[in-house]
Amino acid sequence: MSGRVLVGVKRVIDYAVKIRVKPDNSGVVTDGVKHSMNPFCEIAVEEAVKLKEKKLIKEVVAVSCGPQQSQETIRTALAMGADRGIHVEVAGKDYETLGPLQVSKIMAALAKKEDAQLLILGKQAIDDDCNQTGQMTAALLDWPQGTFASEVSLDGDKVKVVREIDGGLETIKISTPAVLTADLRLNTPRYATLPNIMKAKKKKIANVKPADLGVDLTSRLEVLKVEEPPQREAGVKVETVEDLVGKLKETGRI
Amino acid sequence: MAAILQRTVRLRAALRPLCPHSTLTCTARLSPADVHSPFLACGSGQFVASTRKLHVEPKSSPDGAPERLPFSKVTEEDLAYFRKILAGRTITDPDLLESSNVDWLKTVKGSSEVLLRPQTTEEVSQILSYCNSRNLAVNPQGGNTGLVGGSVPVYDEIILSTSLMNNILTFDNISGILTCQAGCVLENLSLYLEERDYIMPLDLGAKGSCQIGGNVATNAGGLRLLRYGSLHGTVLGLEVVLADGRVLDCLATLRKDNTGYDLKQLFIGSEGTLGVITAVSILCPRKPKSTNVVFLGCETFEELLKTFQLCRGMLGEILSAFEFLDSECMRLLNTHLKLPNPITDCPFYIVIETSGSDQDHDSQKLDNFLEKAMASTLVTDGTVATEQSKIKDLWSMRERVTEALTHDGFTYKYDISLPVERIYQLVTDMRQHLGDRAKSVVGYGHVGDGNLHLNITSPAKDPALLAAIEPFVYEWTASCQGSISAEHGLGLKKRNYIYYSKPSQAVALMGNIKAMLDPKGILNPYKTLPDDLK
Repeated sequence: MSGRVLVGVKRVIDYAVKIRVKPDNSGVVTDGVKHSMNPFCEIAVEEAVKLKEKKLIKEVVAVSCGPQQSQETIRTALAMGADRGIHVEVAGKDYETLGPLQVSKIMAALAKKEDAQLLILGKQAIDDDCNQTGQMTAALLDWPQGTFASEVSLDGDKVKVVREIDGGLETIKISTPAVLTADLRLNTPRYATLPNIMKAKKKKIANVKPADLGVDLTSRLEVLKVEEPPQREAGVKVETVEDLVGKLKETGRI
Repeated sequence: MAAILQRTVRLRAALRPLCPHSTLTCTARLSPADVHSPFLACGSGQFVASTRKLHVEPKSSPDGAPERLPFSKVTEEDLAYFRKILAGRTITDPDLLESSNVDWLKTVKGSSEVLLRPQTTEEVSQILSYCNSRNLAVNPQGGNTGLVGGSVPVYDEIILSTSLMNNILTFDNISGILTCQAGCVLENLSLYLEERDYIMPLDLGAKGSCQIGGNVATNAGGLRLLRYGSLHGTVLGLEVVLADGRVLDCLATLRKDNTGYDLKQLFIGSEGTLGVITAVSILCPRKPKSTNVVFLGCETFEELLKTFQLCRGMLGEILSAFEFLDSECMRLLNTHLKLPNPITDCPFYIVIETSGSDQDHDSQKLDNFLEKAMASTLVTDGTVATEQSKIKDLWSMRERVTEALTHDGFTYKYDISLPVERIYQLVTDMRQHLGDRAKSVVGYGHVGDGNLHLNITSPAKDPALLAAIEPFVYEWTASCQGSISAEHGLGLKKRNYIYYSKPSQAVALMGNIKAMLDPKGILNPYKTLPDDLK
């Protein structure tokens, strides 16, 4: 086994930022807005780095698809302990229509090219909430998948994954190479320490174009409209129980 | 009774050598009358004032309550008047009054029976005019987050709450000048301004509850003082209602105005004793485009100070905060709030914030500083945050120490200004002095401003421990010409310690000003000025 783990990291709008819809309802405002690494991708990087620290794998490679700024996200992964990065350049119109299908094609190509033993992704991105990339990539590669992972343990050429499912927890054993997607409780991502941040500056980030990987970025989806959810209305205080019943009847609740 | 008189005599003797700055003798007078006060006064500990309590254990100390002054008591007629001008906003229900009668630290409790909630300056004027004529004492109250017992009644003072005076009046986005009513919550003002690309010039842990009127009345400092200065500089104008109901309109929105005495400065930091602030105009800085927070670990306090110097030199113009906490604070954060240490365990931690207009430039400056700091081993570990969510997490390591302390036991709080190089010495000396009598002794604060927050905890309030802490801490502070209350104010708890940091001539002049502006003394009595002035 190559002992190499690929981790996909996505640059998204920081979760603490207040999202605003563009006036033409074509999307959300991203210009000048704080971006950061998708929280589930952070968990994925942390898991990969942990595996390396346990000496179960040899190299962690962070991958991100996007414009120039995606390199910052890769740097964060490097500061957390990834060894090198791959920036797949996607900009402009292509970036606007970049979705799970295109990304999984890219990830599949890279996984083969890098001879990855594992591909770890976040379970979903907090901007589109698709929860599709990991599953699609596994299908394209015809690899087993351990999604919504809350616990991962390597055992020779097999991986034991505890998955969070609706009914509780499901434990599966899959063979490598495999795709894993990280769920919230898999781990707590570390703060990147200063010495590692300094070291990260010297680590390499390779530049790759989707065409070099033989990937066609054409999207089959078109976003028609983006709208804000209905404004939450202020509550109303009433004086008596009769008033309460009256109001409930008024609004058709009872 | 004999034991109490003995204690009174001992305390009186202890307080006698109180004036390091002047040759005049000053005494904090503890009259025998204090001994008969119907209040449980246990130092800065659990102090319950209630006219309804049956059992009384008279025990006097400098921060115990003084005797109730001969103000009128609220009558049905008074209530009728209030209800007439403030329909539905005159609260007399004891359950609703409960939270306004107790301070945030839950160490001081008043027995007010009336809470008034005006919405306009005119209503405040009517209330004060009436109370002045009726000789009714009034306790102005904002967010009730003060830490020295200044925001809650001592006896049955009427609580005048500014909570409903929460309108933003104007905002000029060229000059950055904001005018608003005194009851606006600081965090709401921040959110309002942030949408318009500005920020408030002050920020503190209590931002979710504290109101701007209260901030101004206490001259709140906070985390950004290092960069934007104090409220004495950023407040451009005030509208204040005086004790007799006169409305003093000094709500200018001018950056420069040298026409006569600058009256608003009197009210900033007056803790509600000279007038009730009803509106504020304040100069707001632009929202920085680039904010970075760094969390560093140092082995010794000397190295921490050298890091501060290095930081000032290399990051000077973008530095917006420089805070510290010690390993004991970290222990409390870990234990009580389950907040993990972002870095490895170190004796001292620093939180540095930079704010600037260009992310690339600031990152460059910050990287250079961090490389230098690590290379010179001034700093042994650290982490950096540029993302909002991570920035919040790192800030909470500093902002939530106060909260963590409340879970550790009964807290004795000291907010001291000292020469920067001596800040931690007080903590070390206090630890040595107390030995194992205290549960925890922690130090943290605005080291960049020379302001230490020294906190001591014990499982329950402990008069013996308090006697060991005070006046030791005040004498230590006075010996370096420091301030016994850097930013928290004097309120009820520290009013009698004013002489440790101000000469008696100054205090006497303060008394003159108080007498001139509030001859009947109805505004926030028993607070800020020492008992022996009366």
